[in-house]
Amino acid sequence: MLEINNLHAGVEGKDILKGITLTVKPGEVHAIMGPNGSGKSTLAQVLAGHPVYQVTEGTVRYNGADLLDLEPEERAQAGVFLAFQYPVEIPGVTNAYFLRTAYNELRKARGEEEVDPMDFLDIIEAKLKVVQWGPEIMSRAVNHGFSGGEKKRNEILQMAVLEPRLCILDETDSGLDIDALKIVAAGVNALRSPDRAMIVVTHYQRLLEFIVPDVVHVLVDGKIAKSGGKELALELEARGYEWIAGPMEPVGAGS
Amino acid sequence: MIESYRTAFSRQDADALPVWLAPIRQAGLDRFVTAGFPSSKDEEWRFTPLGALPRTGFAPAQAPAHPIARADLEPHLFGQAGWPALVFVNGRFAPELSQLPPAADGVVTLPLARALVSQPGLVEPHLGRHAGPEATPFTALNAAFIQDGAFIRVPAGAELKDPILLVFVTTAEAAGQVTHPRNLIVVEPGARVSLVESYVGLDQDTASFTNAVTEVVVEKGAWVEHTRIQRESEAAYHIGYTHVHQAAESHYRSFTLAMGGLVSRHNLHTRLNAPETEALLYGLSIAHRDQLVDNHTAIYHDQPNCRSWEVYKAIIDDRSRGVFNGKVFVTPEAQKTDAKQTSRTLLLSEHARVNTKPQLEIFADDVKCTHGATVGYLDPMPQFYFQSRGIPADRAQRLLTYAFAAEVMGEVTGDAVREALDLVVRTRLGISEGA
Repeated sequence: MLEINNLHAGVEGKDILKGITLTVKPGEVHAIMGPNGSGKSTLAQVLAGHPVYQVTEGTVRYNGADLLDLEPEERAQAGVFLAFQYPVEIPGVTNAYFLRTAYNELRKARGEEEVDPMDFLDIIEAKLKVVQWGPEIMSRAVNHGFSGGEKKRNEILQMAVLEPRLCILDETDSGLDIDALKIVAAGVNALRSPDRAMIVVTHYQRLLEFIVPDVVHVLVDGKIAKSGGKELALELEARGYEWIAGPMEPVGAGS
Repeated sequence: MIESYRTAFSRQDADALPVWLAPIRQAGLDRFVTAGFPSSKDEEWRFTPLGALPRTGFAPAQAPAHPIARADLEPHLFGQAGWPALVFVNGRFAPELSQLPPAADGVVTLPLARALVSQPGLVEPHLGRHAGPEATPFTALNAAFIQDGAFIRVPAGAELKDPILLVFVTTAEAAGQVTHPRNLIVVEPGARVSLVESYVGLDQDTASFTNAVTEVVVEKGAWVEHTRIQRESEAAYHIGYTHVHQAAESHYRSFTLAMGGLVSRHNLHTRLNAPETEALLYGLSIAHRDQLVDNHTAIYHDQPNCRSWEVYKAIIDDRSRGVFNGKVFVTPEAQKTDAKQTSRTLLLSEHARVNTKPQLEIFADDVKCTHGATVGYLDPMPQFYFQSRGIPADRAQRLLTYAFAAEVMGEVTGDAVREALDLVVRTRLGISEGA
């Protein structure tokens, strides 16, 4: 589904990603861990097409297409979804309008008819259950005045509605208390399926107790320093990131 | 071209007008002739080039040769069909397009031309007392040509269910012509009313000139929500002046939407003339192409324990220009004044410009007065957020522009008025349905 090969990217001449190679197959859940500043979030945002980052080298193929050649909205229309670390507040636009607009843009891109507000309400009803919310959240402005936990739940709600094929979760656990974390993780788990892949970026092992990954990668200084199974996360938890010292041979991940 | 106005003045048929009005009109003309048109040397007009306005000999507007039908007006009407409406076409009252409410319980809703004759006792004490000829050269010019407009009196304690619409329509026939709408609104003690004053051009290329003056008297404990919508032809000149006189414990809330006209200027002055009064002024300007949209506000805190709250937003695109000037005067008596002013401008093009100036003159020491102004482009982060959900960049920009506008529109308390306003703004910004 996703083949990242020797990806280099950065901001204004500063290299952050220094040769990432990673393959993700449908149904897999990959965790990307690493210390602060290792480039985890940059990788997530480069895949979604954040305009601040420039790709200087390497390729990213997504279902056979050149992902880097697509505008952010085209990536979304092709099934790529980034759950933001810091979801943006949009006062003046309701959650219902925002989600319906996005939903209809994806349908348009697939050549399907748009749904009207009434039909969309039916669609949303089931999706709200994924994050244990009632319908009142839909009339609030997008993320405006939301608590940290509500913002993250809203990201998962969007993911549930838009049904992406590749979900990238950027530090979705940051700033969550344990109850919110459980709701968010349950939402993510409900969306796991054999034809959907997930990349879970996180600093802490805690989230991976609830969203159990197939593969764990450790990012150090813009490169994958180590890859392994889910037990690697536990080892990191016990020993910290320091023990992965010095340049290590990147492991062909998930393949 | 001052001469052309003087000539027009001398040719007016004033026979139908009451005797007491003659000195008001004469004083208006005299003041206008002395002052002349303002120029950019005048501090009050520094950022408001009037273009061809002073050089054009606008003729007094004539009754339209081809009366317009209600169907022509329909797309430009505002709000709900059942609301009482006084409609004026090219400055003249159009009874066939209007819906006067039944004269009940002392509520008076009349064209001013009629009220001058039939209700002098209600009109004379106020007309020209609040927006005098010395205010601006244009208020003087308006006074010289007082003829028609709306007169509304809401008697003490009355509470009107529906908003009252005042609609000033300019047709293509009014090209090269001037109208001077004159409105007087008197809201007596304890009464409540919502007014929607709107200026509409039926044809986008009509170079007409509208020079409107509205006086609003808000008596003790009265509550007024006043929505002013200016969507004249984009070739037109629109100069408006609103003066609000507030008595104790009164509440005046205004929303000013300005999006028409080649050159438009609105002055909104409110005088908090007694303790415990409150004025809330909200505004939204939307300009594109070569438009200039100017809002000047002045809040006079004359008495203690009053509150004023002001938020003006502007969306400026292409080569257009926005101007905002907000004055707050606090006299030495006006202790415990609570005044806050905010001006926010969104520039949608690198050629768009805005001049925004807060002006606070405070002579009391125990007050809370703040102001803030921001000018900026659309933030790229929300746009990326929208795009990452599949919404194309141009649609994301339109939605975010609308969101910027929606925030201030949310301050309108009347649901039906707010929804109607929302529709006007969404249509203008190219947003299909409710956000």
